[in-house]
Amino acid sequence: MSSPCRNPERCAAATRLLSFALVTAFAVGANNASAQQSTAPEAQHGPNEVFVTGLFPNGGAPPPQDPIGARFEGNKPAIAAGKELFGQMNCTGCHFNGGGGMGPALMSGHLRYGGRIDQIYASIAQGRPNGMPSWQDSLQPQQMWELAAYVKSLSAPASASASQTAVPGASVKP
Amino acid sequence: MPAKNYAATRYSSLDEINGANVGKLQVAFAFSTGVDHGQEAAPIVANNTMFIVTPYPNIVFALDLAKPGAPIKWSYQPRPAAASQGVACCDVVNRGAAYSDGKLFFNTLDDNTIALDAETGTVLWKTKLGDINTGETITMAPLVVNGKVLVGNSGGELGVRGWLAALDATTGKILWRAYATGPDKDVLIGPGFRSFYPSDKGTDLGVKTWPTDAWKTGGGTMWGWIAYDPDLNLIYSGTGNPGPWNQEQRPGDNKWTTTLFARNPDTGAAKWALQYNPHDEHDYDGINEHILVDMTVDGNPRKVLLHPDRNGYLYVVDRESGEIVSAKPYGYVNSVLRIDLKTGRPVMNPDKLTKVGTVVHDICPTASGLKDWNPSAFSPSTGLMYIPHENLCMDWKSRPVSYIAGTPFVGAEVVSKAGPGGHRGEFTAWDPVEGKAVWTIKEDLPLWSGTMATAGGLVFYGTMDGWFKAVDAKTGELKWQFKTGSGIIGQPIAYRGPDGHEYVAILSGVGGWAGAIVSGDLDPRDPTGALGMNGVMADLKTKTAAGGTLYVFALPKS
Repeated sequence: MSSPCRNPERCAAATRLLSFALVTAFAVGANNASAQQSTAPEAQHGPNEVFVTGLFPNGGAPPPQDPIGARFEGNKPAIAAGKELFGQMNCTGCHFNGGGGMGPALMSGHLRYGGRIDQIYASIAQGRPNGMPSWQDSLQPQQMWELAAYVKSLSAPASASASQTAVPGASVKP
Repeated sequence: MPAKNYAATRYSSLDEINGANVGKLQVAFAFSTGVDHGQEAAPIVANNTMFIVTPYPNIVFALDLAKPGAPIKWSYQPRPAAASQGVACCDVVNRGAAYSDGKLFFNTLDDNTIALDAETGTVLWKTKLGDINTGETITMAPLVVNGKVLVGNSGGELGVRGWLAALDATTGKILWRAYATGPDKDVLIGPGFRSFYPSDKGTDLGVKTWPTDAWKTGGGTMWGWIAYDPDLNLIYSGTGNPGPWNQEQRPGDNKWTTTLFARNPDTGAAKWALQYNPHDEHDYDGINEHILVDMTVDGNPRKVLLHPDRNGYLYVVDRESGEIVSAKPYGYVNSVLRIDLKTGRPVMNPDKLTKVGTVVHDICPTASGLKDWNPSAFSPSTGLMYIPHENLCMDWKSRPVSYIAGTPFVGAEVVSKAGPGGHRGEFTAWDPVEGKAVWTIKEDLPLWSGTMATAGGLVFYGTMDGWFKAVDAKTGELKWQFKTGSGIIGQPIAYRGPDGHEYVAILSGVGGWAGAIVSGDLDPRDPTGALGMNGVMADLKTKTAAGGTLYVFALPKS
């Protein structure tokens, strides 16, 4: 038993309930799984602890932390190209200028499937189960990175949102 | 059926609850649907059982009204495809079920019509009618006529080609399907077709009034209401907006979008058509309710229908011939100057026509219309029609858009705003004979709930911040109100319970197009969000939260 125990009460209970052999086997299995999960916060876990975070939705594996993401994030020409594509590919039809509609809002800073640029790229490429289409057969990786850069920019502080001029709350004079 | 009767009057002959005692109305029971999206459905009551359909995932509950607290008798989960949520334009709503002959019929967001045994909830049949990969969904409440279940599709914002279909109520087999665009054989226009106005006559207008092949992605979906006249054996229903919203991509009248059809329910054959908004360029769908009324016009009795169109005009139409008897605005309108009764066509204000690259300001009414889907009522005892509607305008900029199946085909950036006066909703009592409003209640928020009139001299409706109200049918005076848990966009009903007493029911739970900012957690900083509705609904999140609860009211037991 090499795993350190972060919860002494739970570890004590586990020791009482489980045979030594079973505990050993479980701990080895957990360590192997952790080693494959590169984003795991810690590599070692006790017998009664499992990850409830860090899993990737939709059954896929997270894309590798491609350093290319850093080249697109905050890159003004990429963001401008992504904004253009965002209109051309009808992304605006669901997400509008970030406020959302048929699809979720993208400017709130909270994205269901992750807000890192590579996570946004994965959502665009793979699609998501509640109706987000998969674009990996229609767009080139470069284009999807540009889209991801634009989407990422929407939640940046002081992002420019809608392009129209109406002041919410204003009313029309007859 | 949600509209109470085939004439779609939403008038209940119950009068136990009236102006003198409605102040004592109290909650008899409540029921959480467990789904917190827009609750647009009407509860249906038959055989001492209440049936409700939730928004996606379209769970059906049967509640046993004969037992204390109305416990669940059965429930059914159709488990529609999750991806259908992503192609539903305006929240994942469902407008209710229909009961007929021991069966309950309803539609799922992923394009199935399902028949259940109303006693047990057992599936009798399930028929797939469309494909969500093309952007097609179903949100409307079916209507059963002559043993046929009538169903239409949604998806006018995704270039979906509209249709109305009839299914055999016993087997679910598709008996006919009438498209809204394309050649006459698809639209079920044949030798018996006799429209009143010249521009609604001709062959294959569903092809000729479009650029090449544009009718295939031209919209005209049928997501609203159907009424039925058994004497004439005709059904009446309207079609939705043309696609895309950018009108420059589809020169022509774009038939048969935004069109009222009178059809034979047995064959689907069109008897006549009346296109409300030829070449619509403001998203003025024609799907709003048609209430069938016999009334005296210039001293002569006439069979008419009453239709408050999205374009702001209250149409009185001869339901035998399709002739417009009158058409008057029932609120503030500046995009349509008048309806030409010689041609049947609206005379448009050239200053409010939409263009690519130019923001056209202050178009009234807005894209959702002076009134959207939420149905009016007609009381034969007052002779008045009760119209829950909006007072919204918009700025509109068109832009080019490409058709990509399963994605929005809109091509417009819209920002809605409050109309004159600053209030966003109105509840109008309308005299269809005189063609004028008798009284109007101003509401801060748009009215997105339906309404119901009763023989007790009351009219019921709800507000988007959750108030359920009863007003005097003659004067509009507020007689009673109750604050429910979430905003109301549902359809009120009245029924006689197993104990012989009158009950009033409403589903509370904000959402729909106007309430999507809450039910979809949209960001109010982008006024173009939700097809421009965010611009005028930014404060809704401070006034209500999502919910999904049935409330049933009754007088105290004496």
